[in-house]
Amino acid sequence: MGRSFHIEINTKWCKNCGICLAFCPQKVFTWDEKQRIVISYPEKCTGCLLCEYRCPDLAIEVRKVEEEESHE
Amino acid sequence: MSWKDYIKQNMFPLFTCSGCTHGTVTNAFVRVADELKLDKDKTVIVCAIGCAGRIPTFLDFPVLRVTHGRALAFATGIKLSRPDVKVIALMGDGDALAIGGNHFIHAARRNIDITAIVSRNEIYGMTGGQYAPTTPPGARATTAPYGMLEPAFDTCKVAEGAGATYVARSDAYHVQHLQRTLKAALQHKGFAVVEVLTSCPTQFGRRNNLADPAKMLERIKEMTVTKAQAEKMTPEELAGKFVIGEFVNTSRPELTDIYAQAFAGMGV
Ligand SMILES: Cc1ncc(C[n+]2csc(CCOP(=O)(O)OP(=O)(O)O)c2C)c(N)n1
Ligand code: SF4
Ligand code: SF4
Repeated sequence: MGRSFHIEINTKWCKNCGICLAFCPQKVFTWDEKQRIVISYPEKCTGCLLCEYRCPDLAIEVRKVEEEESHE
Repeated sequence: MSWKDYIKQNMFPLFTCSGCTHGTVTNAFVRVADELKLDKDKTVIVCAIGCAGRIPTFLDFPVLRVTHGRALAFATGIKLSRPDVKVIALMGDGDALAIGGNHFIHAARRNIDITAIVSRNEIYGMTGGQYAPTTPPGARATTAPYGMLEPAFDTCKVAEGAGATYVARSDAYHVQHLQRTLKAALQHKGFAVVEVLTSCPTQFGRRNNLADPAKMLERIKEMTVTKAQAEKMTPEELAGKFVIGEFVNTSRPELTDIYAQAFAGMGV
């Protein structure tokens, strides 16, 4: 079974504040060498939506991946 | 419809600084607007000046942007002339409680059916970091270089004392609580006040060793307690803490109803 949540960051709106990274209970995000947010471990996402709700720039969307889509 | 239908996507990104959690209030607001299916033709947002006051111009509603501190004065006029329209005032803490403090207490006294959302970032953000009536004692601001010497307003107590019929506090960390609180306030009939603790990493943070947006939000997490937690705490333990939750949820005659009744049958 593939991962069941798809996380997308709208890089045009994201300001790399790090709030999603700091408070994600599953530590899904990391910084790259230019201090930009990277979705490094999407498979750990439990779909709690806290990053989506906390983002001050409305830049993250977490979407449940339907069963068929996840058979990659 | 989705929450995205309640923002002007073509204007984004927001003008705000990186990590400004005024935007988190916007985030919660548009989700609740979508959940309640707020009718854009029957809703007016009123806002004024300041960073918190500018964000609503990115919302896809009829938005009236007015002079600093006067959001509630204009909101009162709109509501009295069109009682059928839902009126929401989105304000900063300086806007609502310093220059706008007079309008705030009288809107509460009148119990006019307006939802007032006050984003408390404890500073004047837009004008460069002057202290607000909400700046915590000891915190540094451009006008408090040795630390704030004055006590801060308890917005919820001011609102309650002045007669608001719905009063609650939430914050930008407890986002699910924030959504629930905004939803309840928007469904209330009468003057409803929600104070939301927000963070300004730029003007408050930089002067107070909290320039990192995550650290600023961590501070909010640490300074908030629920009503249940607060009941078990001593006054010493509660010093510097903010209780989140609902403080008033009651009803009494609403201003536009009082007027309608007073003039019923008089042809005015
Ligand atoms: C009548 C008037 N007085 C003063 C100002 C200057 N001014 C603009 S915004 C502001 C305060 C901003 O603080 P707040 O309302 O807390 O909003 P924030 O920017 O922190 O979100 C002040 C004093 C003004 N624009 N108009
Ligand atoms: S919280 Fe939002 S703006 Fe901040 S880094 Fe994450 S996606 Fe970007
Ligand atoms: S100055 Fe403060 S309140 Fe204004 S946008 Fe920047 S962080 Fe937000």
